[in-house]
Amino acid sequence: MKIGTAVILAAATAILAACAALQSSPRDEALALMQRDFHAQGIAGMDRLKEDPVQAACNKYNDNPPADLAKKLQGEQYAGVKWPADGKLLGDWKSGEKIAQNGRGMAWSDKGGVGGSCYNCHQIDPATTAFGTIGPSLSQFAKLRGYGTDIQRYAYSKIYNAKAYSICSQMPRFGHAGALTEQQMKDITALLMDPASPVNR
Amino acid sequence: MRQALMRGLGAAVAAASLPLAMAQTEDPVAADFDKFRAIMEEANPAELFDAKGEQLWKTPGGPKKASLEKCDLGLGPGVVKGAYAQMPRYFADVDRVMDAEARIVHCMITLQGFKYEDLAKKPFSSATATPDPVSITTYVAANSAGMKFAPPQSHPKEKAAYAAGKEVFFYRAGAFDFSCASCHGVDGQRIRTQPLPNFTKPEQAIRAVQGWPGYRMTGGVMHTLQWRLNDCYRQQRFPEPGYTSEMLSALLTYLTVNAQGQEYKGPGIKR
Repeated sequence: MKIGTAVILAAATAILAACAALQSSPRDEALALMQRDFHAQGIAGMDRLKEDPVQAACNKYNDNPPADLAKKLQGEQYAGVKWPADGKLLGDWKSGEKIAQNGRGMAWSDKGGVGGSCYNCHQIDPATTAFGTIGPSLSQFAKLRGYGTDIQRYAYSKIYNAKAYSICSQMPRFGHAGALTEQQMKDITALLMDPASPVNR
Repeated sequence: MRQALMRGLGAAVAAASLPLAMAQTEDPVAADFDKFRAIMEEANPAELFDAKGEQLWKTPGGPKKASLEKCDLGLGPGVVKGAYAQMPRYFADVDRVMDAEARIVHCMITLQGFKYEDLAKKPFSSATATPDPVSITTYVAANSAGMKFAPPQSHPKEKAAYAAGKEVFFYRAGAFDFSCASCHGVDGQRIRTQPLPNFTKPEQAIRAVQGWPGYRMTGGVMHTLQWRLNDCYRQQRFPEPGYTSEMLSALLTYLTVNAQGQEYKGPGIKR
């Protein structure tokens, strides 16, 4: 009797599960497929498939979340920016150019963060002709915007976490993700901000 | 012979329409490459892998010493002509949607007795070795040259694969917050010097599937769409997708259906 009830219950549960599967949304189905069909490789673990609050909001609202949610999340992202302890934001622009040119890092074929991939998407030094157009041109960055501390802070924090300013920006959060070190971000900031950098000549 | 002739004609047509293609491409670097590719297509090394694949298809092999001539690519056992242009599709025997390479690997397992684990261990070409499924996929693909992409969307699981593939395409995650759409969801963008087609639009989605399988000049190796998607996910900073997995078949369904009705020119040349 007891066993019979258990069998019926199990069968009912199975039928319910089957119904749920039939009714699952394309998103649920995609998530289930990804969870099953990806595997960890090198430094790229399965945790990378999990959305953080920013990714979740951008996925849910097709990169256009409601203004109040965007503002709240941007505030949280900005609050997470770690400023250099020595208070200096400008490193070596020559090193910055090398980091900007390097498109490697954070893939399963890498050991960790390597470069900034900046030229993949941005024009920076006008003399470097192989540049992408996914992001805006950064040529004459400080010449156009000014060389002051506020703009330095803006450049550094944008590299650290672009989502602090535009929640669904296509730009990676290099500091937040641990893809660039503090020194590397200082060097790229110098590439954009140093009056001697070819960016501003 | 007839295939070679057809491909020769295709190259001639491509060369004739070159000034138009160049006029459409604003980027001089990309235009130069288009020109180079048109020249290379006249003697595409992909033909070598097509021939090797044909031999592998017809010759008994594997632990079961069987050929692949009874493999059903969706148009009936042994029918190769036109099959590639009509995949991914639903296969009742496995109750899932499969893309061409997934189906070929399935046939190598069921008909020839190979093990998936062995085929998936080193599935992509290197400078020293080209895995058999790559050559066989090239042969099967060459037999759809000149045909229009027509992946079926009548079975509920084919529709579900398209819908899930679309979700996969737009799913942002990982260390860099990327999705497929980060690079392939907007018109007219470029990564470094490489133009990025917008796969959400039918007229550009063809560029996701055109030219694959392709002989890649970088490294000089023959690659299929399984490799292309694997390398996309590497650069997307995601974990690694399973070789011939259902997830990749769903993504390929989304891309191929978006390109439906457009002509497949056969195995190609890639940068």
